[in-house]
Amino acid sequence: MSLLELKDVYKSFGSIEALRGVTFSVEAGSATALVGDNGAGKSTLMKTITGVHQPDRGMIFFDGARLDTLDPRAIRERGIEMIYQDLALAKMRDVAANIFLGREITRNVLGVKFIDHKRMEIEAGKMIEKLGARVKSVKQVAGLLSGGQQQSVAIARALTFNPKLVIMDEPTAALAVREIEHVLDLIRNLKSQGIAVILISHRLTDVFAVCDRIVVLRQGAVIADDPTVQTSMSAVVSHIVGAA
Amino acid sequence: MTAAPSAAGAVTSWRVRLTSGAAFRMESLFVLAILVVVMATLSPYFLSVSNFLNILLATATIGVLAIGATFVISSAGIDLSVGSVLGFSGVAGCLLMSSWGLPWPLGIIACIGAGAFAGFANGFLITRGQIPPFIVTLGMLGVARGFGLVLTNGLPIYGLPDPILYLGQGRPFGVPTPVIVLIAAAVIAHVVLMHTRFGLYTQVIGDSETAARAMGVRVERQKVYLYTLSGALAGLAGLLFSARVNAGDPTAGLNYELTAVTAAIIGGTNLFGGRGSVIGTIIGALIMGVLQNGLNLLAVPSFYQQMAIGAVLVLAVWLDRVNRSEGRRR
Repeated sequence: MSLLELKDVYKSFGSIEALRGVTFSVEAGSATALVGDNGAGKSTLMKTITGVHQPDRGMIFFDGARLDTLDPRAIRERGIEMIYQDLALAKMRDVAANIFLGREITRNVLGVKFIDHKRMEIEAGKMIEKLGARVKSVKQVAGLLSGGQQQSVAIARALTFNPKLVIMDEPTAALAVREIEHVLDLIRNLKSQGIAVILISHRLTDVFAVCDRIVVLRQGAVIADDPTVQTSMSAVVSHIVGAA
Repeated sequence: MTAAPSAAGAVTSWRVRLTSGAAFRMESLFVLAILVVVMATLSPYFLSVSNFLNILLATATIGVLAIGATFVISSAGIDLSVGSVLGFSGVAGCLLMSSWGLPWPLGIIACIGAGAFAGFANGFLITRGQIPPFIVTLGMLGVARGFGLVLTNGLPIYGLPDPILYLGQGRPFGVPTPVIVLIAAAVIAHVVLMHTRFGLYTQVIGDSETAARAMGVRVERQKVYLYTLSGALAGLAGLLFSARVNAGDPTAGLNYELTAVTAAIIGGTNLFGGRGSVIGTIIGALIMGVLQNGLNLLAVPSFYQQMAIGAVLVLAVWLDRVNRSEGRRR
């Protein structure tokens, strides 16, 4: 059984049909690329998986359980993390606070839960070190970090809670060449640990470098779903633009 | 050469502390000190224990309002209704106690409850109605003031029970009770803002609402709590005000939102959200208190005082702007 299964998922916003019967699945320890032109429904699809949107019709299964009725908090708890294109960082908070955002470590004093800043800093420091990220101190304010460092913080946040599936929305769009290699290595690394990845990217070279399957979305529907070894760059491009 | 990097590190960490809101803004403390020195030089009556207690007493009401403003502004919101809600809550509590003769504990609950209700209405309209906080609370400013006037026919309600009077006029250990209430409220608020999820999420919503939402923070619920809190504190301030003057005055707290917001901004709470400091706010409230007290001692007409408060607000926001653009350049 697949780790993540979408069955005939529909989603409309008013008269606009954003998703029109999307069906596909993701295996544990594999990387699946989700490609498509702007407005093809990639973001809507991902937000439907993470619980930001609820599907109108269809079902989503994760790890054998229904997912499409849960809220974002519960879905994170099940083991799905998403790294957003804009990184979704609180720019005025420090690195540690960002890594633990929504899942702060607390300490109970007389029935009141206080945030345990010290433990969060220690744990965040460990995570940053494990990722080999070049962030000097977890007490640094996120907004003062470079683009690559902010990316590292967003990645560290996604990986700290042992996810089973990591969704990355254009993780390389704003990065320098060396940093892109770093992200691709990370994806390979996640796969080897049995963690599934969904990669949304416009950079087909990245997609072909690390993904096992390529799913092409066009006008809210899956129009191609092939193993990377059985398709080609030109085939994928023609699917995206609708020439084939 | 080994000393250089560590010195640079120390500088960064201090800057980081300042910008992350872990510390309050030092400038505000300097401003307060300078203001005290100036007033002491200008007026022979300024430097005395009794005058300082007067300042603290006058600051207590504004301080309680400003604590609420700190939370709301940290979340990138604004509550313009607190002055009116103060008046309305005081009237509501006094009506119950003096006209209906209900026991004083119920009066306390009525004051805070009336404020919390007005605040909840603000929060509900902002989140469910998706109306900007500026408009909703501006509307409430009118509604709460008008309702207070309707309830009392525009006249103050006199005669409050003794325990309530003690809350406004008592001096345990020589310290006015409202000052003790303010200190207690400030300590609790500081701990909540800096060391609990409620405080963290408040500031994160002001920092990036989409980030908060994506990470599972229940943004709408938090906002309703925040405006309810601000209203409840306005209710508490209304109680303190009424208890001090022994009356429920429907015109109480006129223009107080101006002073409360100014105190919070001077204290380093970011007008555009993301960080706030209760300690800073209390310093800001003291600055406003010293300013008003000094101007009184110097016999400056109250019309000019209004001008001064308004000017200080604009000045504080301008300084905040300058600071922010410096922060970007770093």
